[in-house]
Amino acid sequence: MLAKRIIPCLDVRDGRVVKGTRFINLRDAGDPVELAGFYYSEGADEIVFLDITASVEGRRATLDVVYRTAEAVFIPLTVGGGIDSPEFMQELLQSGADKVSLNTAALRDPWLIKAGAERFGSQCIVIAIDARRIDQAGQDINLKWEVYSHGGRQPTGRDVIEWAVEVERIGAGEILLTSMDADGTLDGYDNDLLAAVTGSVRIPVIASGGAGTLEHLYEALTIGRAHAVLAASILHFGTYSIAGIKEYLSAKGLPVRPVNS
Amino acid sequence: MVSLKAIITDHPHEIAAAKAVIFPGVGSFNYAAAVLRDKQLAKALLEVIADGKPFLGICLGMQLLFSQSEEADKIEEPAEGLKVITGEVKRFPATLRVPHVGWNKVNPVSNHPLFEGLTDGAYFYFTHSYYVKPEDNRHTLALTNYGFSFTSAVISNNLFGVQFHPEKSGPAGLRLLSNFGKIIADQD
Repeated sequence: MLAKRIIPCLDVRDGRVVKGTRFINLRDAGDPVELAGFYYSEGADEIVFLDITASVEGRRATLDVVYRTAEAVFIPLTVGGGIDSPEFMQELLQSGADKVSLNTAALRDPWLIKAGAERFGSQCIVIAIDARRIDQAGQDINLKWEVYSHGGRQPTGRDVIEWAVEVERIGAGEILLTSMDADGTLDGYDNDLLAAVTGSVRIPVIASGGAGTLEHLYEALTIGRAHAVLAASILHFGTYSIAGIKEYLSAKGLPVRPVNS
Repeated sequence: MVSLKAIITDHPHEIAAAKAVIFPGVGSFNYAAAVLRDKQLAKALLEVIADGKPFLGICLGMQLLFSQSEEADKIEEPAEGLKVITGEVKRFPATLRVPHVGWNKVNPVSNHPLFEGLTDGAYFYFTHSYYVKPEDNRHTLALTNYGFSFTSAVISNNLFGVQFHPEKSGPAGLRLLSNFGKIIADQD
């Protein structure tokens, strides 16, 4: 039985962590390598870097961060943000990333998913989907969500479930599903969205957006049937530790990898 | 952390000169088996194994210890693996989520120095669609459950193979690698 994964997400720009953290025991909380190392020692099951840089210099900085992280952090490392070619995927994988996460570029050109999966294997290809509820005048029946691109700025007219099914068919190995409605609210994940997607595909789905309490994480993994939860704010601000999260989930009967094992 | 002096190589003479070999691998069985043959690496690896030098195959590197894989079924002239362990490399049934990706428990079937200091059922990181099935169950060193119980580590004297990735399995993985280092040191 696979353990439910707890995955800290670090937003990185030009080689620095963007969102501030409240860890005063870190020498340099803005250094992604040090922060990743901290979460690794805390028992994180995986690390995600979302690189919000577009420039060429920024990409170099990212590759350097990935390389240095992979030397010190012995858990899978996923990198996303602006990846638009198999060549850049290869550079990231060779630098030490285990998976790459595609979003806008995959929507523009789904061939990228296929090319990546054929060259590096499906297990390397994560598709990030930013989803927003379509307002249907208060109707709770037949909930629908629309895919957004460009960091959530552009509606694409695509249905989230259809896109999830399509990326699985083309070769994606995992889906990172962010609810734009829930993101930043700390009110809990959009479990309807999660359940709809996990019920439509067979590849693992990582829940993202909305976690504020331990119960929220538990609900995403049970009601939403997610395989993993991505967490940013609640970890970065020290609201909960990974050990605390795992202890809670384990007490509720979910399989988790014990910290320090 | 693990303190092994290692080089990454594809030269047969460097492999022959090594005290021990770690043989990692991600990718397709047929492609890798063909490369081993073309680069004269298969012969060098077989010599290392025949000499009884410690050998650790990881993921595809373990599957390549077997003769052939179902992965190559659709290929007209499938390349052969190293054939040092008799058995099959099979695809997970379609009733399961494939690939098997994530942290799963590894249960050694007996006490062995490779798993020294690790709890029975310690979690390791897996990512694969095929699993090995040794003909002789004495080659099974550890089991993992994914819908059914499959062989997640193999052994034949000083030859080891693990389906999971110790290099991505946190402290447990590092412990296994340093245990392998101890096995190497004990050869002297």
